[in-house]
Amino acid sequence: MRIWDLHCHLTGLPGLTPEERATHLLLYADRVGIERLCVYMGLRFLQNPTPEQLIQQNNEVLRALAAFPDRLFGFVYLSAEHIETSLAELERCVAHGPMVGVKLWVAGRCNNPSLDPLIVRAAELKALVFQHTWIKTGGNYPGESTPDDLVALAQRFPSVPLICGHTGGNWRLGLRAIQHQPNLYADLAGSDPTAGITETAVAALGPDRVLYGSDAPGRSFATQLAKVHGADIPESIKQKIFHTNLHRLLTPILTAKGIKT
Amino acid sequence: MPTRRTFLTQAAAFTAAPLLSPAASASGITDVNIHLHRWPHHRLPHDTPTALADHLHAHGVAQAWAGSYDALLQQDLTAVNARLAADCAKTDPNLFLAIGTLNPNHPRWQDDLKRCQQTHGMKALRIYPGFHRYTLADPAFRQLLEAATSARIPLQIVAQLEDERTQHPALQTPSVDLKLLPALLKDIPEARIMVLNASSTMIHTALQPAPNLWFDIAKLEGCGVLETLLQTWPIEQLAFGSNAPFFYWLAAKLKLQESALTPAQIHTLTHSVFL
Repeated sequence: MRIWDLHCHLTGLPGLTPEERATHLLLYADRVGIERLCVYMGLRFLQNPTPEQLIQQNNEVLRALAAFPDRLFGFVYLSAEHIETSLAELERCVAHGPMVGVKLWVAGRCNNPSLDPLIVRAAELKALVFQHTWIKTGGNYPGESTPDDLVALAQRFPSVPLICGHTGGNWRLGLRAIQHQPNLYADLAGSDPTAGITETAVAALGPDRVLYGSDAPGRSFATQLAKVHGADIPESIKQKIFHTNLHRLLTPILTAKGIKT
Repeated sequence: MPTRRTFLTQAAAFTAAPLLSPAASASGITDVNIHLHRWPHHRLPHDTPTALADHLHAHGVAQAWAGSYDALLQQDLTAVNARLAADCAKTDPNLFLAIGTLNPNHPRWQDDLKRCQQTHGMKALRIYPGFHRYTLADPAFRQLLEAATSARIPLQIVAQLEDERTQHPALQTPSVDLKLLPALLKDIPEARIMVLNASSTMIHTALQPAPNLWFDIAKLEGCGVLETLLQTWPIEQLAFGSNAPFFYWLAAKLKLQESALTPAQIHTLTHSVFL
């Protein structure tokens, strides 16, 4: 079974440098059979980074990528609060750098059309766009997107694949929200390993729109892998979720950049 | 810094990696954290006793300490405990060890304690302070702990069952504040307590090793969480718990592989001596 992990970070690991953090991340990944990892954001979590911090965060990921170019994929961290800096970071890290995707977190909700220039440019570069989403019982952060917010964005860009980070956390509601928007993909990462998430996602979206991710190191690889390994679905579908679907989504940009996998 | 050679070695390792390494392929597992019956507001896979028994056997579980989800909201705990005992005995008495529930806010909860121990032969009891709306600071909890200790019956405290962020709006239950536990256990040194579903944060901020305190691994998260925890916590006082069927059972099992554990450590972890 080939496994690519859509959703990893460098926070919360031993080590003071990006290279040391990535070394530890890969140590654990190797134990559970993960071949490649998508990494985004820097050595600490910044929910609403300044332009300077955004650049710093991406620099840290670039250092990790340089150390492990055959194991890590990088997604550039962008912010709805700083569109000009974000566009410049797209050019620096994706158009002229090694990164292959975009990470949007909680600086601003993604249904706001002010974000559109980022999606337009990311699509031109074939960069895969990942948007964090949650539906929290106690209420979201002010700038935190819901799956419904992402549906609004996806409807404006129906030919651009977009990833629904965490499947909304509350995945029963998240899957309902994104089910009928065919350019939206479910990221299984970063929630408790509640039984049924993967079976329900496959039933709602089909086997080609579900992606394995962990949200390591905050989450164990173990608990997140179990969502797929432990699901009552055919092995062929597990392989799609673990690898084939993400590989397909990344193939355009990997091909454009000449990255062989 | 890894070289090309070390990368190739790693690459060969992961492409050949089986789902479970030999070191993590424990058998005869004791799972200390299982529930029978229905989760209150949605169906779970394996939520009938027979289906759960088959599922656990398929994963090499030899003994499963089973509470009942019915105890979360139903007020007739006498009936819940009787039904749990009957279902465990009827389905697979070698696999399921019935763990009854007490609620110290209920009148005459002491009668339930006696029935669980003397009528049903239960060897441990489980409490749900979050669902039953009390804290460990409440005098009622201390009374319950003293009574259970006098009766020489260990307690499992369920610290949480579901992430607060995803709970049903009508059923929001706080996590249990465990900060008082070390002092209570010092006051009542004969008590035996196992905390279920404690998070790594709860353990690091509220608990310290004590000879009469255990917890399970079901809700622990983070890369290599077990090997990190074992730097400060004795393996003898950790137990393999899965929180199934709410969680995928494999989530607990794969933690044994993600951390660097010796076969002896895995054996200790998966064969709890709490009871």
